[in-house]
Amino acid sequence: MHPAKSVIFFTTGSGAGYGMLVWLAILAIMGYQPADSAYGLVAFGTAFGLVVGGLLSSTFHLGHPERAWRALSQWRSSWLSREGVAAIATFAPTGLYALAWIFLNENHTFSGPIGALGAVMSLVTVYCTSMIYGSLKTIPAWYNVWTQISYQVFALMTGAVLLWFVSVLFAQPEAVTIARLSLFFLALGLVVKVIYWHSIDNAPATSTAGTATGLGHLGKIRLVEAPHSEDNYLLKEMGFKIARKHSAILRKIALALGFVAPFALIVLALYGLPQYQLIIAILAVASGISGIVTERWLFFAEAKHVVTLYYGENSI
Amino acid sequence: MTSLPRKSSRQKLGLVIDLDICVGCQACAVNCKEWNTSGHSAPLTDLNPYGKGQDGVWYNRIHSFEAINEETGDSQTINFPKSCLHCEDAPCVTVCPTGASYKREEDGIVLVNGDICIGCKLCSWACPYGAREYDETEGVMKKCTLCVDKIYNQTLSPSSRVPACVSTCPVGARHFGDLGDPHSEISRLVEARQGFALMPEQETAPVNRYLPPRPKQHQKPKDQTPRMLEHKDDSTDGAGLLARWVDKVLSA
Repeated sequence: MHPAKSVIFFTTGSGAGYGMLVWLAILAIMGYQPADSAYGLVAFGTAFGLVVGGLLSSTFHLGHPERAWRALSQWRSSWLSREGVAAIATFAPTGLYALAWIFLNENHTFSGPIGALGAVMSLVTVYCTSMIYGSLKTIPAWYNVWTQISYQVFALMTGAVLLWFVSVLFAQPEAVTIARLSLFFLALGLVVKVIYWHSIDNAPATSTAGTATGLGHLGKIRLVEAPHSEDNYLLKEMGFKIARKHSAILRKIALALGFVAPFALIVLALYGLPQYQLIIAILAVASGISGIVTERWLFFAEAKHVVTLYYGENSI
Repeated sequence: MTSLPRKSSRQKLGLVIDLDICVGCQACAVNCKEWNTSGHSAPLTDLNPYGKGQDGVWYNRIHSFEAINEETGDSQTINFPKSCLHCEDAPCVTVCPTGASYKREEDGIVLVNGDICIGCKLCSWACPYGAREYDETEGVMKKCTLCVDKIYNQTLSPSSRVPACVSTCPVGARHFGDLGDPHSEISRLVEARQGFALMPEQETAPVNRYLPPRPKQHQKPKDQTPRMLEHKDDSTDGAGLLARWVDKVLSA
């Protein structure tokens, strides 16, 4: 599948933003977050910036962005529509919670339930995002439970690392708790990603050139001549191939930058060089962003679509 | 409404394509483009039509496949036209976030309302058959309409009220009719020739059917193979007197 930049930024950015909103509420309710205005402003500002930026960027690849509001109408059948509705609805509790935190310095008594509701709705929105891809039977690499699991885990993982960065920025004692949380989710994320790759690499074929043409009973089916000499929309959008050539090395880069390096850097900040933890946190965030973007790029670029069976693929 | 009709559509209009007959001449694709570029979802725009990397919207594409019998090594070429199959469980319809993509209750035709489509392309991701193409110029998705503007067109003679690809096929490899009616001519044809659906495992319940190539005739034994003409024929057997005389003079 063609990895559109707007969709990569949408899924990684909004995922990280929702992850931050989840952790802000959960940690505050558990008493691990100070109801500090400046901290709240920067933390919620980052989270909402990522969510809003992600949602806006997802409209950039539309043919008619001015009609984007119409996408809220078909929530009965469409996961894309549900995602839009859930994202907008989630602004209500998370926005109220942010206002209570920033202006009333209140984050765990009366605003606690609002924060908890916002956290649940954030996770529901991330689930809807994952189902946009996870509901497509035509793309077996996405049509499996690891898509939903990895979107949830990566949202919580990237959200935790970003929130750790903000808490280090404000030199908060709670940064240690968030650092440990980040370590746990980085390790979990790594395991989930490795399982995801293992499962898509070993999945049995769902369709073949034989079933696509219905001619499998006649023998081995081979494309002799494509209908057109130049790439058409289908091949540009669904027949994207570049990633597969480099997939082994790109997977290593994604694992190293997205999971291993941030993990090592956080360990270093916690136990090795706490006096340099701000610089280390900046490095961890930079590395984590490039890693998760590579991971998401691969998620799209490596996924094969069954329509390519009509263009020379043998089985998918 | 992008939910599918609750009950099956009253009619299931669709195509039956005979892979035994199709010669791969591309006439159906060309006439499809010609009719539809001024039809329901007009225009079918082209990008860079006279330069390098020509691209454009087509509803109908003709692939050519080879089936290789791995025991005998024999191969068979099959021309394979492919367009929208107007699926009963059309995933392109249910994924649409705007309601632009819909399946008609009366005849089962799957259409796009270009006035509300936002061009998110998700329907093209959901379709296993590559039936949907994005129009870069207009920013909306386009697809086969089963010539909805032709098959009901009262100003055309009744025999012309079939999709453009069907009326143009020079070998009669394409048939159009109601596949929901088991007694229709087209349903009986599917029954008789064991017509099949493409990728049934994708659970889209396509309406269109394909008729398989008939089994190959057994190859004749060697002594029955036709005589090859000799490249050089010197004999004057059966020639007239004058011709034999001219031959004699010239050969001297």
